[in-house]
Amino acid sequence: MNLKEARDNFLKGFIKENPLFVTVLGTCPALAITTKVENALGMGLALLFVLVLSNLLVSLVTFRPKIRALVMPVRIPVYIVLIATLVVITEMVMEAFLQPLYVTLGVFIPLIVVNCIIFGRAEAYASDHKPVESMIDGAGMALGFTMSIVIMSIFRELIGAGTLTIWTQGEADVVLDLRFIFDFLGITPIDMFQKPVGAFVTFGLILAVIAAAQNAKAAQAQPAAEVKK
Amino acid sequence: MTNLLTIAFTAFFIENVLLYQFLGICSFIGVGKQRKTSLGMGLAVVVVIILAGMSTWAIYRFVMEPLDIGYMKTIVFILVIAALVQMMETIIKKLSPALYKALGIYLPLITTNCAVLGVAITNITKDYDFAEMLVYSAAIPLGYLFVMYIYAIIREKLELNPVPKAFKGTPIAMIVAAILAIIFSRFGGLI
Repeated sequence: MNLKEARDNFLKGFIKENPLFVTVLGTCPALAITTKVENALGMGLALLFVLVLSNLLVSLVTFRPKIRALVMPVRIPVYIVLIATLVVITEMVMEAFLQPLYVTLGVFIPLIVVNCIIFGRAEAYASDHKPVESMIDGAGMALGFTMSIVIMSIFRELIGAGTLTIWTQGEADVVLDLRFIFDFLGITPIDMFQKPVGAFVTFGLILAVIAAAQNAKAAQAQPAAEVKK
Repeated sequence: MTNLLTIAFTAFFIENVLLYQFLGICSFIGVGKQRKTSLGMGLAVVVVIILAGMSTWAIYRFVMEPLDIGYMKTIVFILVIAALVQMMETIIKKLSPALYKALGIYLPLITTNCAVLGVAITNITKDYDFAEMLVYSAAIPLGYLFVMYIYAIIREKLELNPVPKAFKGTPIAMIVAAILAIIFSRFGGLI
């Protein structure tokens, strides 16, 4: 595998095969925890760790033909155990070092086990690719997912509360207070976007914008194709 | 008794599993397109969550807590759920082929439905006793079934309506869910 292939493999998770906006996987955490940018970053970090290592482990147990023949018939339980182990490690590390974030994300940390993205990548990619390729794929997918949920959370936090909480764990305290913009315009933040309603609206609007962009692109491509005929 | 009623009402309406807790959204988008499939999936989820809630609670209380291995709950619970679903599939297939035909295709999907693991873990983190656990584990999937069915009816009607091109499919489904979420969030005023 040369460098260009590796780059394409990494970048496909961001735009072309974005797990959240294109294949619509992993919607549960994306809707639930995107009330603050910080939560989205934390979730992305946890997913990055789990997905890179789960792709590595899955590809290792299915790499050699002999072991593969052994694993394939019972692969679902095997994957579950591998993924659950990684999730428990994540849970323990977060509880120890990022206590407030661990509390906010709550049940969604253990629920990474049943996140469709992880299973999807294990089944669709890691089970028939080499370990290094699988790790690159996992990193690209996880960062693409992180990008998507960060976009969602910026939208929701900015409109819903007028602030951007980037990172407040431990000593750090990076909060952008943009409420002066709202004061300047003489309006108040729309509280609804911090509520569950806002999650559905934000997600629906983003998907609609993406669909509109795709439609426009298709409409542009079509006349060109007709001219060619 | 009031305590149990509060738990049931909160789990069913206010903190609805789909519209407030955002668990099981994948199946919501995918299966909630038709009334028939939504009903099948909903019923399967009801059965699985109640059984999974009871078995995981019992395992946690009587095995994991005495041994002080609570930190293993994620691994243990997901394995219990996977085994339970597999077992149910086999049993239903043997006992009632008609029921298997109706629910069978949804059963494998349920293992990865976050609502099941979510309820099992919430039962533990909220430190419920047996009665509370049972009420909670029943009210959550019933709320799921209820919302899923309403949602499927709306989406079936929506198929016939002119929707802006960009909103076709998942985007409009999300907007519908948002309106449902507004309605359900108002139930909070009742308690």
